[in-house]
Amino acid sequence: MAKDQPHLDTSPHVSDEVRKTTCYMCACRCGINVHMKEGKVAYIEGNRDHPVNRGVLCAKGSAGIMQVNAPSRLRAPLKRVGPRGSGEFEEISWDEALEIATGWLKPLRETAPEKLAFFTGRDQSQSFTGLWAQSFGTPNYAAHGGFCSVNMAAAGIYTMGGAFWEFGQPDWDHTKLFLLFGVAEDHDSNPIKMGIGRIKERGARMIGVNPIRSGYNAVADDWFGITPGTDGLLIMALIHELMKAGKVDLDYLAQFTNAACLVDSDPKSDSHGLLLKDSEGQPQVIDRRTGQLAPWNGQGVQPDLSATHRRAGVTHRPVFHAMADRFLDPQWAPEAVADRTGISADRIRALAAELARVAFDEAIALDREWTDFRGITHDQMIGRPVSMHAMRGISAHSNGFQTARALHTLQILLGSVETPGGMRFKPPYPKPHTGHPKPHCKVTPGAALDGPHLGYPQGPEDLCLTQAGGPARIDKAFSWDNPLSAHGMMHMVISNAHAGDPYRIDTLFLYMANMSWNSSMNTRQTMDMLTDTDAHGDYVIPRIIYSDAYSSEMVAYADLVLPDTTYLERHDCISLLDRPISEADAVADAIRWPVVEPDRDVRAFQSVLCDLGARLGLPGFVNADGSRKYADYADYMTNHIRRPGIGPLAGWRMGETGLQHGRGEPNAGQIDSYIREGGYWMEHVPEGAAYYKPFNSAYQDWAVRMGFYDSPQPYVFSLYSEPLRRMQMAAEGKGAHQPPEHLRARLKTHMDPLPFWFEPLGDETAQGYPLHALTQRPMAMYHSWGSQNAWLRQIHGVNPLFVPTKIWQEHGFAEGDWAVVSSPTGSITVPVAHMAALNENTVWTWNAIGKRKGAWALDADAPEATKGYLLNHLIHELLPEKDDGMRWSNSDPVTGQAAWFDLRVKIAKAPAPQEAQPAFAPVASPVPPATETLAWKVGK
Amino acid sequence: MTALPETTDRKLGLVIDLDTCVGCHACVISCKGWNTENYGAPLADTEPYGADPSGTYLNRVHSYEIQPNDGPAQLVHFPKSCLHCEDAPCVTVCPTGASYKRSADGIVLVNEADCIGCGLCAWACPYGAREMDPTAGVMKKCTLCVDRIYNENLPEEDREPACVRTCPAGARHFGDFADPDSHVSKLTAERGGMDLMPEQGTRPVNKYLPPRARDAQMQPPALKPVAEDAKGFVGWLDKALSRVGGG
Amino acid sequence: MHPAPSVILFTSLSGLGFGLLVWLGLGVLAPTGWVAFVFFTIAYLLAVGGLMASTFHLGHPERALKAFTQWRTSWLSREAWASVAALVIMAVYGAGLVFFDNRWAVPGYLGAALSLFTVVTTSMIYAQMRTVPRWNNPTTPAMFLSFSLAGGALLAGQVTLAAVLLALAGAAQVAHWAVGDRALAGSGTTMASATGLGDRGAVRSFEPPHTGTNYLMDEFVHVVGRKHSRTLRAIALVSGFGLPILILLAGAGHILAAVAVLLHLAGVFAARWLFFAEAEHVVGLYYGKR
Repeated sequence: MAKDQPHLDTSPHVSDEVRKTTCYMCACRCGINVHMKEGKVAYIEGNRDHPVNRGVLCAKGSAGIMQVNAPSRLRAPLKRVGPRGSGEFEEISWDEALEIATGWLKPLRETAPEKLAFFTGRDQSQSFTGLWAQSFGTPNYAAHGGFCSVNMAAAGIYTMGGAFWEFGQPDWDHTKLFLLFGVAEDHDSNPIKMGIGRIKERGARMIGVNPIRSGYNAVADDWFGITPGTDGLLIMALIHELMKAGKVDLDYLAQFTNAACLVDSDPKSDSHGLLLKDSEGQPQVIDRRTGQLAPWNGQGVQPDLSATHRRAGVTHRPVFHAMADRFLDPQWAPEAVADRTGISADRIRALAAELARVAFDEAIALDREWTDFRGITHDQMIGRPVSMHAMRGISAHSNGFQTARALHTLQILLGSVETPGGMRFKPPYPKPHTGHPKPHCKVTPGAALDGPHLGYPQGPEDLCLTQAGGPARIDKAFSWDNPLSAHGMMHMVISNAHAGDPYRIDTLFLYMANMSWNSSMNTRQTMDMLTDTDAHGDYVIPRIIYSDAYSSEMVAYADLVLPDTTYLERHDCISLLDRPISEADAVADAIRWPVVEPDRDVRAFQSVLCDLGARLGLPGFVNADGSRKYADYADYMTNHIRRPGIGPLAGWRMGETGLQHGRGEPNAGQIDSYIREGGYWMEHVPEGAAYYKPFNSAYQDWAVRMGFYDSPQPYVFSLYSEPLRRMQMAAEGKGAHQPPEHLRARLKTHMDPLPFWFEPLGDETAQGYPLHALTQRPMAMYHSWGSQNAWLRQIHGVNPLFVPTKIWQEHGFAEGDWAVVSSPTGSITVPVAHMAALNENTVWTWNAIGKRKGAWALDADAPEATKGYLLNHLIHELLPEKDDGMRWSNSDPVTGQAAWFDLRVKIAKAPAPQEAQPAFAPVASPVPPATETLAWKVGK
Repeated sequence: MTALPETTDRKLGLVIDLDTCVGCHACVISCKGWNTENYGAPLADTEPYGADPSGTYLNRVHSYEIQPNDGPAQLVHFPKSCLHCEDAPCVTVCPTGASYKRSADGIVLVNEADCIGCGLCAWACPYGAREMDPTAGVMKKCTLCVDRIYNENLPEEDREPACVRTCPAGARHFGDFADPDSHVSKLTAERGGMDLMPEQGTRPVNKYLPPRARDAQMQPPALKPVAEDAKGFVGWLDKALSRVGGG
Repeated sequence: MHPAPSVILFTSLSGLGFGLLVWLGLGVLAPTGWVAFVFFTIAYLLAVGGLMASTFHLGHPERALKAFTQWRTSWLSREAWASVAALVIMAVYGAGLVFFDNRWAVPGYLGAALSLFTVVTTSMIYAQMRTVPRWNNPTTPAMFLSFSLAGGALLAGQVTLAAVLLALAGAAQVAHWAVGDRALAGSGTTMASATGLGDRGAVRSFEPPHTGTNYLMDEFVHVVGRKHSRTLRAIALVSGFGLPILILLAGAGHILAAVAVLLHLAGVFAARWLFFAEAEHVVGLYYGKR
């Protein structure tokens, strides 16, 4: 250093202590190092050892310090004093709050537990909140999956025992071509960014299929700017091309899928469409060694992909023949789909050929010996290095389930699932659909429900129906309306409860779900429903309890508010029983723990449920003598036993000879072990078990040892889905459980056991609305509770509607213009901006930037409240009336997934209004006004 | 001392990979967090919850849309912070000597104790790398995390700028450009690392790796049909299966 | 560039003040006693007042003394030295005139040179900025110097000199506009060079890094409407130079002379406002602005 330059201390004190916990700025669940100074949070960075993020951290994670100190934090329990929706509350004590809640809930439990509807939003403790609801005895419980990505999850589970995100990931280390569909830049956010970085570093290529070329699609080597809702059509065309050219992995299909399983192909037969089974119920294949029937999993069996079997006058054909019928149909030819997808036939053909080239001409082989469930030992692991990932963009359409099925079919046909370079499951996945619970709904006053609420029906007998055949659940999940609604249908709860259809409820209990704003379709009407009164002047939905850490828009609509803590002030477990944080090569779970103590009168919601559960005497929350079982959530995390040897956390359990992982008895020091080891537990998958997991004996044995299952559960992928066929058969009039007449036709069409594509259901009534309208979550903001963050809101404080060049020019738009955007449901007036890298018939905006005046401790003139807006106003939970006089649900007929992205609009230039329209009256803020300047530094 | 050093022993700086940056703003906030708590005055925000929120950031991510003559439009995310120029005009204009370029490693810094907040250095910078803090009244800029990269209180692996450590996509690289064998020098050479506004004569140390060609037509060999319909396909299948023998 | 009132005041007033000091120092007018006192007071009020105004935009005016340290590299530091030296030397010279009725030629010439040099340093603060092509050319110092000398001559009551210099200053201003209007385009700095992406196609800013404003946008991105600009330019020329020249040529009395000075000052303010407001800083290109 030259002597005339200032002296600089290059080794300043960094922090007094680093506390390692788990981020909760979104659902990605990265490990974070929280640097503490004088007992305060000074700086947050990623944890390098953590399996999810390996040290990196996104904008939201780094902005956590502004979240923990946000002025919008609720300060104490609130009791409503003004009319519902006014935001007028008084702060009360926890004792009073819990007495009120107990006073409301206890009589319900004793007489009609279903009158409590308990729905949790972006809950990361569903195995706990579900247990609470089950113990209460109400069938009305679910989280937010129904309006998020249930199509993706359910299609993945039913097809191959896992989907994307917490279920599976591309083999980033080996893939040579990565195909990304419909990802709105949110879920699995850091792992995908890390993965993209890694494949780019290796010179591998990436193709984006998305109407919008932002974010990940901006760095894709090739971009297919597809028309929204037609991904399935494109995928069908790709499958058509690949099959037509014989470019499918026959070996893989025969061994590891049900393509060789025999199906009753006689339409006159009672079991038409069902798999041929032996006396033990095992699907049958023809064994190539003998030419005879054999169970699919028989030792040494070599399933024949093409042999048929005739028995008792009925022909049984292999599934693969039915697939040929389906996919080789000329309606899926590239020329036939080009116009609707917006992708030329040449480009579709080139994409199919590229997939085939990489999968088969650039195949890779790892010299790792492994033995499959038929006892056959393979000396190599053959990889088809094409990997795919998809999310809400293909999921949130009314055809999303079958589109996701088609996508998985494409992956499987290429032999690229659970093989090197393809897609890999993350333990405890893969898990066959038959290995999941089925839904339960049997209500007994004063007692627990007969089993877990959510699951995977195998046939009509598993639906949640009343004696009369109507929906048993308030959200109508698992009813004939949406038989496979595996995540429930939170988006229907308020409108059904308001309509008293299927029945009236008493108390709506919500957690972290902004239903009066960005988490509902048709926001204005939702507000009306929440505040509507009957002839006596009583609220139609009599009581609403809400828990949130922040002054969100929903707070104003509650009668009782239970203030939650921020994520750095609480215990949490990211459990294998729930949505774990595992990676393909390792099983992992994690905790949060209070790295700082709350400075307000707030309590972690899960601890409050432990308390409330004890006050209500819920089984599972009281001891035999009726005393309270869990002091708090940490107590539950440590001591709850789900199955013998299995608890919420898998690390550091008590074995016979000491601490062990996976199975074991509760260990009083478990949370301390987690804290000491960085806030997570991880165990690597043995090398020989790393691929072919559903079929690999070494993996199955390891999974049993870890406690994922109690016995090996090998299975093959369900290209043909029998549960769907069983529902379809009911619609055809077969079987004891029959759907209502008005649903027969649509069930027959949509519960197709092989994937297909159909026009999004709303299109028919959207004539005159030529444009598709989408939302995306910005990477720096995704998940609405980030939007009041002082640092992040500067990045995304307003959300123009992005308009493609063709429409921009047609309407003569200029910078700074506004437009009226209307759908069959309503209209909004919003600022517009030009974007060229966009499907020419699509407009879009950033999601959930718009805020209600009075919420989130923002000033009433904050741009989020004056220029920000929601597309939600344009979306209805029901479609407009059709010729049949019915208003069909705006959702996927299979799963009930909310079809957000089916939205069709038209646009017209408009004079600039004072504020984006519709504008809503401010609500009173339950928290004091925020500071005028901020210069946050906790150290000296 | 605002005279620029003739040479610096090392030339520390960043390589920013425009091919890989997904525009997530992770680097922006990581930088904001570290530099609010560390070097000098905190990076302040005015109206943080108000109508016109505005704050000091040392690193911001722009995005640009490119319309090629043929082919679809492209989007490029573009992080920008101080480029630690060899001919840093911001240093020489400083009247007080607060701005200086370190002779040891070339990092351009502001010694806040000497800064009168005249703003001239920000005027002189073509890149918008300097921002006057509204509360502290001193000029803030990227320090290349000079309080991290040599910090003996941090583990060795963490001695890199906060933005580099946090970047999820690995689009940011830190190193010594004076060493031709360094990772950053090699990346620059291999990928055609470029200067921003070379005509300004600032000789920036930071380099930008251009995006690889987009939408270069895929030209795999065309697929040859083995069948036109399901029946033909089954025929082909039977033949193919008898050829491969096993199942 | 943001037309900060403090900087407009400073450059306009101190330029005028130092211009007057130049003519006083050169002995073009050599008043003594009370008359000298009045002239020097006016000059010092303008020069020092301007300098004071310039400190208003500092974040830390209490550290202003540090600005004297970097005279080897910084024009702002040189300006500090030059202005103080000029004021000190001219104070000596002024004392001679006011109190001793004596014109000491050496400090007078030295003071005049220093006063002129002060204006040069001020102008070079702007002219050195490659980032502002409109400023980064010889018309900037020419304009500053001519404004200063013309204004000084006007204040000094030198009718012919003032008329000639006002005409020259007007011409310098027109030259500055003429050169400046083509400067950004001629600088070679474009969005293409700023982003390095120009060889791929037309580059346009899609989303700014933050949806709100920031220091850079407030300080460097200021767009003046074309029509507004034309009006102000006309006002600057007519009020600053045209009318004062006419008044001078008409043979002015004290009152009319005062009107001429005020008109000139108004014109200079307008010109100086435009000098900043019309100046395009290249950083604006990153925001897709000009």
